[in-house]
Amino acid sequence: MKLLNHTLLYLSASLIFILSIWAVVFYFSMMDEVYDSIDDGLENYKMLIIKKATRDSTLLHKHRFDESNYAIRPIPRELALRATEDFRDTSMYMEYEEDYEVVRMLTTYFSTADEQYYELKIITSMVEGEDLVGDLLHALLWLYVAVIASAFIINNRVLRKIWRPFYQLQHELRAFKLGVDKTFNPPQTKVTEFRDMNDTVAELLKANITVFQQQKQFIENASHELQTPLAIAINKLELLLEQSRGDDAQQLANAIHYLERMTRLNKSLLLLSKIENRQFAASEQLDFNARLRQQVDDFSELLHYRDIDVEIVEKAPLKRAFNADLADVLITNLLKNAIVHNHEGGRIRIVIMDGGFEIANTGSAKPLDTEKMFARFYRASESSTSTGLGLAVAKAIAQLHRANLAYRYEGELHCFTFRLSS
Amino acid sequence: MGFFWASAFLQIFAVSLFFKNYLEMKLLIVEDEKGLRDNIAQFLNKEQYIVEVAPDFQTATEKISLYDYDCILLDVGLPDGNGLNLLRTLKSKQKRDNVIVISAKDSLDDKLEGLELGADDYLTKPFHLAELNARIKAVIRRKALGGGNVVRLNNMELDFDARMLSVAGTDVHLNRKEFDILSFFVVNKNRLIYKSALAEHVWGDHMDNADNFDFIYSQIKNLRKKLKSHGANLEIQAIYGVGYKLTV
Repeated sequence: MKLLNHTLLYLSASLIFILSIWAVVFYFSMMDEVYDSIDDGLENYKMLIIKKATRDSTLLHKHRFDESNYAIRPIPRELALRATEDFRDTSMYMEYEEDYEVVRMLTTYFSTADEQYYELKIITSMVEGEDLVGDLLHALLWLYVAVIASAFIINNRVLRKIWRPFYQLQHELRAFKLGVDKTFNPPQTKVTEFRDMNDTVAELLKANITVFQQQKQFIENASHELQTPLAIAINKLELLLEQSRGDDAQQLANAIHYLERMTRLNKSLLLLSKIENRQFAASEQLDFNARLRQQVDDFSELLHYRDIDVEIVEKAPLKRAFNADLADVLITNLLKNAIVHNHEGGRIRIVIMDGGFEIANTGSAKPLDTEKMFARFYRASESSTSTGLGLAVAKAIAQLHRANLAYRYEGELHCFTFRLSS
Repeated sequence: MGFFWASAFLQIFAVSLFFKNYLEMKLLIVEDEKGLRDNIAQFLNKEQYIVEVAPDFQTATEKISLYDYDCILLDVGLPDGNGLNLLRTLKSKQKRDNVIVISAKDSLDDKLEGLELGADDYLTKPFHLAELNARIKAVIRRKALGGGNVVRLNNMELDFDARMLSVAGTDVHLNRKEFDILSFFVVNKNRLIYKSALAEHVWGDHMDNADNFDFIYSQIKNLRKKLKSHGANLEIQAIYGVGYKLTV
């Protein structure tokens, strides 16, 4: 849910509550005022009628309301003395409305000079409670809608404006890639809170970038530093190997084998960090068809030895700007992968199309783990000699050139598709 | 006058007696890492070269200004200077010494710069000593006057420019890799060749998987058969689990 809608939700819920309470209070205080004013009017009327009745006795015989709004009838003295003045709501048939309507009636008692006692009833039309509540609710509903609507509009306009730096920051952060972007420039704003947030984020990212760079640099430096001692150790063992015989020689050869494995691992790590540090020079136009054909030829003896059949389907020429050394590494790694994880008598199918190529090979009967296969040091088989970096390097090379390297298992073939973005 | 000719003749005779295989090939190793320097020197001494060493830029500069070398192995990263500057000095003095640049950096820039400055070859650490040997012999052979880049061994003749083999005067067809294998054996004759040194020399980065060494063995078996059928007088000996040796 958007922040904007959050505030609106809270606002509308609390407004319902506040407005309801307000409506109740308003209703009662208004009714109170209405009764007060009507009763005052009735009181005044009473005095006028009694005054007039003392002068004009004909009034005393007006027993019914008829056209006027009062009625007088004589009552026994005892009753009059016991009774008290009283206001109450009653209903009366109204000619105009053709219905019984609520009226306010004052019942009072008075005596004339000749000790006669009378009961006087005065009525006046009354505000209808039901109607009033209805009107009030109606008005309230409109008020509520109006308040929410204006709150929505104002919120939309104002919040959007106020939160603009936030959205800008969000946008910039989304575009930011650790390892690709060397700096992070937060959007400028005058709002203190946002400026603080931007500065904090910028600080944090700056520290991250530094750590990331150091990390990458460290791997590269470490790999570099390892090359010379490895070289010395291998050469020393080679010299020793020349003077050894039999079992000793085999042990030495074995030791060299492990040192060479370490060297390969080291070289791959160095290559990976160099790719990630973007240390490869400008690209040149490369003929991928020719390179693929060349590499298949380089592998020809091995392919023949392992009885693997290779088919190259050239649907289109693929000429793109690409770093030549990296293109070779990419093709070598993919081809090697297709050979090593193949079985005797298997096949490899290479399809070169417009914008990419695909290398598909027979091999294990189940698909590889697409999640992990491009990760460093992931090995599908327990092959002790693979570095587990070949596909990670291939992926890094693809990424450096904004290309896509994907895997799928289709028709018992493991397919690696390399696709350059157009 | 007669004395001069006689003494010159004697000198040449003495020298050629002393260096049966090569005529006074002088090498300089410029390398700051003692371990590596010693390894290379020890290995190359067996090849009957005269090997001199320079542990730093300063010593190397003095040596190259005083003497001529047939081949200089030049490390790029020296503690007191960049090895490539030494190469510049050599070229500015119009010296014809062969130079093989050695670097720990597998960096294209170093390689290109080195070759542009006139280095004859480039080698990245770590390398196999047999590979170094092959490279040294290749650069020396290329610059040898009148030799025509040909190596003779018993009744075989390997022409490195034409990449041709002839046995007892008859041409033998070898494919690219068979020639590479044979030539690697020939330049490293009588020396033990560790199996992956051969694999790297012939197949480069395409063959770094030890699973494939059976495959190399089968390639050598084919080559042996071919050489034998043409009556080549040499023996490639397989040392189980270790490598090969060409004995003459």
